[in-house]
Amino acid sequence: MAASPTSASVPGPNRQGLQDLIFKWTTWFFAVFVLLVMAGIIVSLVISAWPSIERFGFGFLTSSEWNPPKERFGALVPAYGTIVTSVIALIIAVPVSFGIALFLTELSPRWLKRPLGTAIELLAAIPSIVYGMWGLLVFAPIFGQYVQPWLTATLGHVPGIGILFSGPPIGIGLLCAGVILAIMIIPFIASVMRDVFELTPPMLKESAYGLGATTWEVMSKVVLPYTRAGTIGGIMLGLGRALGETMAVTFVIGNTNLLQSFSLYQSGNSITSALANEFSEASPGLHTAALIELGLILFIITLMVLAASKLMLSRMARAEGSKS
Amino acid sequence: MNRRAWRKLVNRLAIGASVAAMAFGLAWLLSILWNVISLGVGELGWALFTQMTPAPGSQGGLANAIFGSALMVGVATLLGTPIGILAGIYLAEYGARSWLANVTRFVNDMLLSAPSIVIGLFVYAVMVATVGNFSGWAGIVALTLLMLPVVIRTTENMLLLVPNSLREAAIALGAPRWRVITSVTLRAARAGVITGVLLAVARISGETAPLLFTSLSNQFWSTDLNAPMANLPVTIFKFAMSPYEDWQRLAWAGVFLITMGVLVLNILARTLFKDELKR
Amino acid sequence: MNMNMNPNILVAAGIDPARAVPPHAAGTAGTPALSLRNFNFYYGKFHAIKNVSMDIQEKRVTAFIGPSGCGKSTLLRALNRMYDLYPDQRAEGELLFHGGNLLDRHVDLLDLRARIGMVFQKPTPFPMSIYDNIAFGVRMHENLTRAEMDERVEWALSKAALWNEVKDILTRNGASLSGGQQQRLCIARGIAVKPEVLLLDEPTSALDPISTAKIEELVSELKHEFTIAIVTHNMQQAARVSDFTAYMYLGELMEFGVTSQIFLKPARKETEDYITGRFG
Repeated sequence: MAASPTSASVPGPNRQGLQDLIFKWTTWFFAVFVLLVMAGIIVSLVISAWPSIERFGFGFLTSSEWNPPKERFGALVPAYGTIVTSVIALIIAVPVSFGIALFLTELSPRWLKRPLGTAIELLAAIPSIVYGMWGLLVFAPIFGQYVQPWLTATLGHVPGIGILFSGPPIGIGLLCAGVILAIMIIPFIASVMRDVFELTPPMLKESAYGLGATTWEVMSKVVLPYTRAGTIGGIMLGLGRALGETMAVTFVIGNTNLLQSFSLYQSGNSITSALANEFSEASPGLHTAALIELGLILFIITLMVLAASKLMLSRMARAEGSKS
Repeated sequence: MNRRAWRKLVNRLAIGASVAAMAFGLAWLLSILWNVISLGVGELGWALFTQMTPAPGSQGGLANAIFGSALMVGVATLLGTPIGILAGIYLAEYGARSWLANVTRFVNDMLLSAPSIVIGLFVYAVMVATVGNFSGWAGIVALTLLMLPVVIRTTENMLLLVPNSLREAAIALGAPRWRVITSVTLRAARAGVITGVLLAVARISGETAPLLFTSLSNQFWSTDLNAPMANLPVTIFKFAMSPYEDWQRLAWAGVFLITMGVLVLNILARTLFKDELKR
Repeated sequence: MNMNMNPNILVAAGIDPARAVPPHAAGTAGTPALSLRNFNFYYGKFHAIKNVSMDIQEKRVTAFIGPSGCGKSTLLRALNRMYDLYPDQRAEGELLFHGGNLLDRHVDLLDLRARIGMVFQKPTPFPMSIYDNIAFGVRMHENLTRAEMDERVEWALSKAALWNEVKDILTRNGASLSGGQQQRLCIARGIAVKPEVLLLDEPTSALDPISTAKIEELVSELKHEFTIAIVTHNMQQAARVSDFTAYMYLGELMEFGVTSQIFLKPARKETEDYITGRFG
């Protein structure tokens, strides 16, 4: 090829090509770095937890004993706390989030949509330590004084679930932690639900309205079935958050490693609160290893929940993509 | 009651419940903000920013904790921003639909929502257990790892919004790929990327759990990143859980500072991004 | 029948029938800047351009016309290897430029694109000032002093008939200009690099009639210095601005010759049908 007329002052093509390669591989390196972090987390947690895994085996999951002086550790109490608080949070948060998403997509006047949506997202931005401290110092006393006695007086007499609402109303405890968690995850679930509801083709909604359906019927019979995968994905995302939330729970769960009854009023411990309270003071060795094993279990469970959530949401996105 | 009246009633109930849910959500936001402001604002004062965290019963402020938080968040931002932007560039500009990019995207989304306390455990295992003491650096690394996924995700999304015609136009001028990306594509996506960084900073400035096992805390003024370092969230945790009323008051002041900082960052990020979309 | 074509269409198209056959006939006078030999193009398995051979004459305007999807834009984009950005697109055959085959794997693409510039359908101002938009490409290929760069920017903007409109607002963002101005900015950006060939991919399809007229004037002006290949949907535009016209259909080059020839007495029935608007 003939020489370029400007080639005298051209930075050599080789230099440009080299810079291009260096840049590309730098970005590649940092993308792979993300994978290395994930692998590093799993490997380092397994290694650090190994003394405990080796010592207790599967029994770790079924034992409710947590006794640092005797070096006997079981995950049952914190695991129970994590699961119970997350379930309470979902029972409260799912219907409320659905209501909020319904309001934001179908009912809200246009000019209110943005500010209300922003307000909900700000609720998600507030750091969890604020929820925790507010929960402990403001919410729990009110909860123990007014809400718990009322629950005991009503739901406490329902056969079967009455046991859940028995015992002294002291505010903090599993139920209180669940409620605070619910407040925390409502914005996450509500914004995902709003986003997927808005993916429903307007034609679909209009044709249902055209048949004389009410807003509620359009929502429950058209929008919800159409967005089912995305809605479930949003709920799973909220569950992932609830399982891994630390500070909001630690403040209000009560932090005891004992299970006395099935009452939701009693104090308990979750995996995260056990870690937050004990870890920095734990003696090196088995106690630390057992705590890290708790963290490992939590990590694996949340990863599974989040992966399921991601698959549901991407299925939703794909279904959407294939139609357009 | 006939069928139509019944359907209308159900609809009214549902709409009422929806409005109630919206009010429920807003009520929490307002009551938290109200408590934080009313209990926190009274504690603000010169001493808060100039004096060290006190022993119970004596006078003091949060100076060392505020400084430690600012230092760790600042360094983490300086580390996390370029790394996150570069990784985001790989996903949007080079990786696209490749196997590696898809896996990275998936794993990044996992890390985005993974429990932050686990990141703390990881950094503890790698940086604290091996060295033998808690340190500011460990806290910085934990915060960096927490902000990365946010920056990566938003950078990729924002770069994908840049029309392909802009890339083609720059390439048609004979610009090498890296120049196209740094001075055209990234520049076009600038506001969105900055938004992502601001949101990430907001996220890490309130994080408590990962700092518990990494930087821990420090009662005194310390600028040594190899030693435990005071920070607002852990100090708030310690003070709020304590039975001492003066500590709890300082905790409210700290919570006020953090909440306002985070909200301001969020609102700033949103307005910035909205302006950009309008343009 | 072909001979009986109504000359009014030429008049309507702005061609003077007396000027219908220019002195330089296709393939004889002038030298080819770019030559295609048995050129084929594929999108994955789809065979988009079939066996095209033609010469694009130096310092002349060559127009590509044909119905949507006929491959005219694809062909144009292949001339500076834009398709290299997309892994599933490939070209076969020969594309000769100064005696070398541009389809060769070893061709330096950055240099190639400095010498064969391109302007796109929609204006694509970069997110920077008007001045930097022009300087962006120049900085890639040359080290100019500040004064030389100022001079080059003014030269390019003047060539693109934009200088008078923007000389006082050079620091303003390129996106703040009107659509027609943006497109002229993109043309200025393209010629600032001093390419030999300028490829225009439907440069006026997103513009209003007044801006379109300005760009057409510009094309006639620029052909004194640059070889120009233009893809257009607009038959009148092809007739107005080009010296040679290539009519493509379903990926094949149906007819290629002097523009007046193609419009006045096309050799093939399909070309005539398209030109007279019977289909397309």
